[in-house]
Amino acid sequence: MSTLPTDSPQMLEQREAAIVISAIPRIRRRRRRYPHRWFALLAIMLICFGYLMPFLWMISTSLKTVDKTTSFPPQLIPHPAVPMNYWSAISSPKADFPLYTRNTLLIAALSVLGTTLSSAVVAYGFAKIRFKGRGFLFVLMLSTMMIPFPVMMLPLFIVFRFIGDHTPLQMLGTFKPLWLPAWFGSAFSIFLLRQFFLTIPDDLSEAARIDGCTEWGIFWRIMLPLSRPALAVVALFSFMWAWNNFLGPLLYLQRPQQYTLALGLQAFQSAQGGTDWNLLMAASMLVMLPVILLFFVAQKTFIQGIATTGLK
Amino acid sequence: MQSELRQFGKGMAFLSPWLIGFIVFTLIPIGLSFYFSLCKFDMLQPPRYIAAHNYTDLLHDKTFWQATSNTFYYTAMALPAGLLVSLGLAMLLNVEIPGRAIWRTIIFMPSLVPIVASAMVWMWMLNPRLGLFNLLLGRLNDILPAKLNFPLPPWLGDPQWAMPTLALMSLWGVGNAVVIYLAGLQDVPVELYEAAELDGAGLLGRMRHVTIPMLSPVIFFNLIMAIIGALQIFDIPYIMTNGGPVHKTYFLSMYLYDNAFVYLQIGYASAMAWIMLVIVLVLTGVAFWTSSRWVHYQGK
Repeated sequence: MSTLPTDSPQMLEQREAAIVISAIPRIRRRRRRYPHRWFALLAIMLICFGYLMPFLWMISTSLKTVDKTTSFPPQLIPHPAVPMNYWSAISSPKADFPLYTRNTLLIAALSVLGTTLSSAVVAYGFAKIRFKGRGFLFVLMLSTMMIPFPVMMLPLFIVFRFIGDHTPLQMLGTFKPLWLPAWFGSAFSIFLLRQFFLTIPDDLSEAARIDGCTEWGIFWRIMLPLSRPALAVVALFSFMWAWNNFLGPLLYLQRPQQYTLALGLQAFQSAQGGTDWNLLMAASMLVMLPVILLFFVAQKTFIQGIATTGLK
Repeated sequence: MQSELRQFGKGMAFLSPWLIGFIVFTLIPIGLSFYFSLCKFDMLQPPRYIAAHNYTDLLHDKTFWQATSNTFYYTAMALPAGLLVSLGLAMLLNVEIPGRAIWRTIIFMPSLVPIVASAMVWMWMLNPRLGLFNLLLGRLNDILPAKLNFPLPPWLGDPQWAMPTLALMSLWGVGNAVVIYLAGLQDVPVELYEAAELDGAGLLGRMRHVTIPMLSPVIFFNLIMAIIGALQIFDIPYIMTNGGPVHKTYFLSMYLYDNAFVYLQIGYASAMAWIMLVIVLVLTGVAFWTSSRWVHYQGK
């Protein structure tokens, strides 16, 4: 009942005192905290300026002419400003960014669809069906999250090669290794969805079961529609992951026509050997922008999703 | 009995996507990797069993030791710094200050930036001659007396500075951890602070006796994530330094990648992967083992 472990006399006294204090008008307590607050505000403004700096420097450089990027001392505010840089980056002969965008979107779409669907199915099994061995399998699944990707990359590569050699499904040099595993659920998404399913009471599904609804029907027609917010979190995260993934495409994609944006941006940088920083920054901005925009559109989903990962 | 079996069948049916994926994309690869680690294998000829030779070779491989010590060196810097900075930022952002939502967004934004894009920006910021870092520090040096002048190293180009620079850069992306801490901070009951204040605890005392213990499960979670993240770092050094200068930022993951996909020493690389896995397991194991002493779970 009580939040304090034991009710010793002193503790009772303290608790009473706390109640008395909290009855004192708010203003007095607030005023006492003022110095902290102003100090915090000043500190956070300075820090935020530091955190913003790379963004500002990126925007500034992306609008400069080439010779202004190398002039000393560097300009902070570009003059003349050249928004055309963005178009030059998009249409650069050294990199086909529209094609990379299409590749990335294709991989991302297939990953999002696969992760969301399959993880929801598996999470339903973990959350709503009681069977022997469930606890063990759940712990097993969580522990796979601890395996670093560099440990898996080589044997995975060999498995994909093996599948390509022994079945008609060509794997290496195609997009498949990048999206196919998503269709078998991701441990993180399964965990997230399971936590959400657990919060949905069983009454509804019981009622449906009495009406003769199958387990799949309960999942598909009752659970999924109720879980839209959680599904949105999973979809969003898997999109971000696919969009940002660098090592995966580096391993599995061989021809420049297949590059994703992450890989293409790096190729663009090494192709021009450290010159044309204005175009490179413009290209980086373009790769970054969709993610930032997505964040502002779905801010709540993002924050809630991240916050739930750390709890429970 | 009958119904228990049916339940089991139903459970397995729903779990089947993950089960198949686990077997094909985790269990078989890990098993294969262990087998290869005991073989000489170059993908061209079939693997030849050589017992623990790859492991003993690794012990005598100077590059392997350098990559391992680099990885630990980076972890030893980035991990505590990241924990302190993210926790500090979360506490600051938890204070009721004007424009709090804006400050939170600004701190969080960098962790959204695709790694390749952030590598590009930082390479440009850290450019020794034209970058913003040395420009601003240079300006500051003009004002400050000569004794207090900052060094203007070539950052990533300098063997001594390259690694601390990478660790410093990692602090830009702590937004995720900050959000998790903020969520945790909101769950700390206000009464505890008030009680501590009554006992005469100042700002630091409240932090030590209320905030940190109440937040410890979240700190623990972020610690585990940070250990795994720091030990497997690959993209950033691969793009920004490619291991240089003179192998000072050459990480285990990169040596593994080179052995696997450049030198085609599959067996050797597999042995390295297993050592890496053991390192991660041991470090997270230690964290779990000590957690009963410092992680406080509220309630049940």
